[in-house]
Amino acid sequence: MRIAVCVKQVPDTNEVRIDPVKGTLIREGVPSILNPDDANALEAALQLKDKDKKTEVIVITMGPPQAEDMLRECLAMGADEAYLLSDRAFGGADTCATSTTIAAGIKKLGKIDLVLAGRQAIDGDTAQVGPQVAFRLGLPVVTYVEDIKIKDKGKKAEVKRMLEDGYEVIEIQLPCLLTAVKELNEPRYMTIAGIMNAYKKDITVWDHKAVKLDPADCGLNASPTQVFRSFTPPPKGKGEMLSGTAQKMAATLVDRLKEKHAI
Amino acid sequence: MAVRVIKEKCKGCSKCKKVCPFEAVTIEKKLAIIDESKCTGCGQCVESCKFGAIEQDKDETKVDLSAYKGVWVFAEQRKGKITPVVFELLGEGRKLADDIGTELCAILLGDKVEKLTKDLIAYGADKVYLAEDPELKDYRTDAYAKVINDAIEKYKPEIVLYGATHIGRDLAPCLAVKAQTGLTADCTKLEIDPEDKKIKQTRPAFGGNLMATIVCPKTRPQMSTVRPGVMQKAAPDKKKKGKVINLKVKFGKNDIRTKVLKIVKTAGDQVSLTDAKVIVAGGMGVGGPEGFELLQKLADKFPGGVVAASRAAVDSGWIDHSRQVGQTGTTVKPNIYFACGISGAIQHVAGMQTSDIIIAINKNETAPIFEVADYGIVGDLFKVIPEIIAALP
Repeated sequence: MRIAVCVKQVPDTNEVRIDPVKGTLIREGVPSILNPDDANALEAALQLKDKDKKTEVIVITMGPPQAEDMLRECLAMGADEAYLLSDRAFGGADTCATSTTIAAGIKKLGKIDLVLAGRQAIDGDTAQVGPQVAFRLGLPVVTYVEDIKIKDKGKKAEVKRMLEDGYEVIEIQLPCLLTAVKELNEPRYMTIAGIMNAYKKDITVWDHKAVKLDPADCGLNASPTQVFRSFTPPPKGKGEMLSGTAQKMAATLVDRLKEKHAI
Repeated sequence: MAVRVIKEKCKGCSKCKKVCPFEAVTIEKKLAIIDESKCTGCGQCVESCKFGAIEQDKDETKVDLSAYKGVWVFAEQRKGKITPVVFELLGEGRKLADDIGTELCAILLGDKVEKLTKDLIAYGADKVYLAEDPELKDYRTDAYAKVINDAIEKYKPEIVLYGATHIGRDLAPCLAVKAQTGLTADCTKLEIDPEDKKIKQTRPAFGGNLMATIVCPKTRPQMSTVRPGVMQKAAPDKKKKGKVINLKVKFGKNDIRTKVLKIVKTAGDQVSLTDAKVIVAGGMGVGGPEGFELLQKLADKFPGGVVAASRAAVDSGWIDHSRQVGQTGTTVKPNIYFACGISGAIQHVAGMQTSDIIIAINKNETAPIFEVADYGIVGDLFKVIPEIIAALP
């Protein structure tokens, strides 16, 4: 079985802070990480490889040259091959254009039985690229996957799809694309041997020519959506800090809620 | 909308470098250089430049978009019941349609769901496109995408809105690719530009640290998914008249490549966080599943009071994920929101900051949650909450 895993290098948004004076994002010192949901997707692929050593796990990403660091991390976790789609022509892509490029990259990988991706990336939170890649490749898709069982000798999969108030069990034919949520598994750590190995492997870099894309069909040029403006949300004004003993604060609070007719 | 630096005017002051949310600007030899591979064309730098040294191409390409008319709402149903966000979308869609001067339509798919069309009309739809087929009983990506895409091609709406539910966020990206158009995820604000009648979609990014307003200038339909709990539903008008248009449904042999084996509900008492009037939410400070029992006692003091949690508490396994409030959980807007032992990470705040009254209880007086709280109590929640319970009528 050949599995392609779509990954993305993202700024750790938990570490992103707003400059209180200038009202802009402070990104200095913010670490770049493997997107958390993508780590679950990779782990799912590696677990399938654990069960069947013949399984090949290929990670693929679109991003700037620095994304190599994250791909090395994926190799150190146990991925067999890594591909980086990197080109100025890919820059400024929205989800629609991103999915075109990633789909072109996956096509170039040859026969793939299963494509895995994270549900969404923490910098954009759109959850769009996964299903869009599937549609561009003509593959059936299930999103929000929290359990995967391969059956019928690799012809089908039975997956659990998370819903807001429960889950559904879906049977899907392979090849297909599944997007992973964190409930799917616990991503493994890199091993020392894995890290040593990761630096022996090559990372293949592909530009638009390598994946046979016209520059007009990728990046900003091929993005139907455009950012009209961006701004930092206005902070909500600080309210009243109550003081005194726990009993006194509780009494004041209840008074305030009554004043506002909230109770 | 590429951004360019006019070399003659640039003084190398690095103001643009500081405001760029994407680290696309560097200063070399007192000249700003924009890295096209990082630039998203957001225009922050254009506004920041005091010397008018950065310009942005305004796209003037004219495409005939006039064939596309009407605002559509995807009327998501589960087990024959309309999902609540649909009524919020109809409320918002009505305003958008009126601002453009066009009609509001709902598109409903299911099996034996015709009776639901009345509600959709009462809540604002002028027309309902209805597709009924046993294959459409439960949501499946392939089946729903095919039927709706056929309808979009035939009837050409200018705007399509979906709830940002697990279904809407699955369906909308597929339809955007099929229709070769743009889609903006998880919008929290929609407005019509009074001049060109195009939709402006505002959404949070970077875990809510940044808001971005997105446009879709060259392709139609313009598509958005909208976070549940953000828009206002309109009051229903039972006397309102509307038209129901039946869509033809026909599936080929390999059109639907998935099968739903079963659907299981796990959230026992079906807590609806989006509809709750009072929410008592707990974070790491609650200390464990037992701590949530105290929060439940406080919630029980209010009719319709519900317990919720931060992502940290959910990740610790103290409470079910269906109770999670925040960027990756549910957006809530109750009358009263108690944040108990929640530090107030930006991702959490993004999901609750529009609550009417926010009460924060935290031991740490520097916790960011106090920045958004209407009333702040610095103290041990296990001492404070019992006092509040006692003081409440």
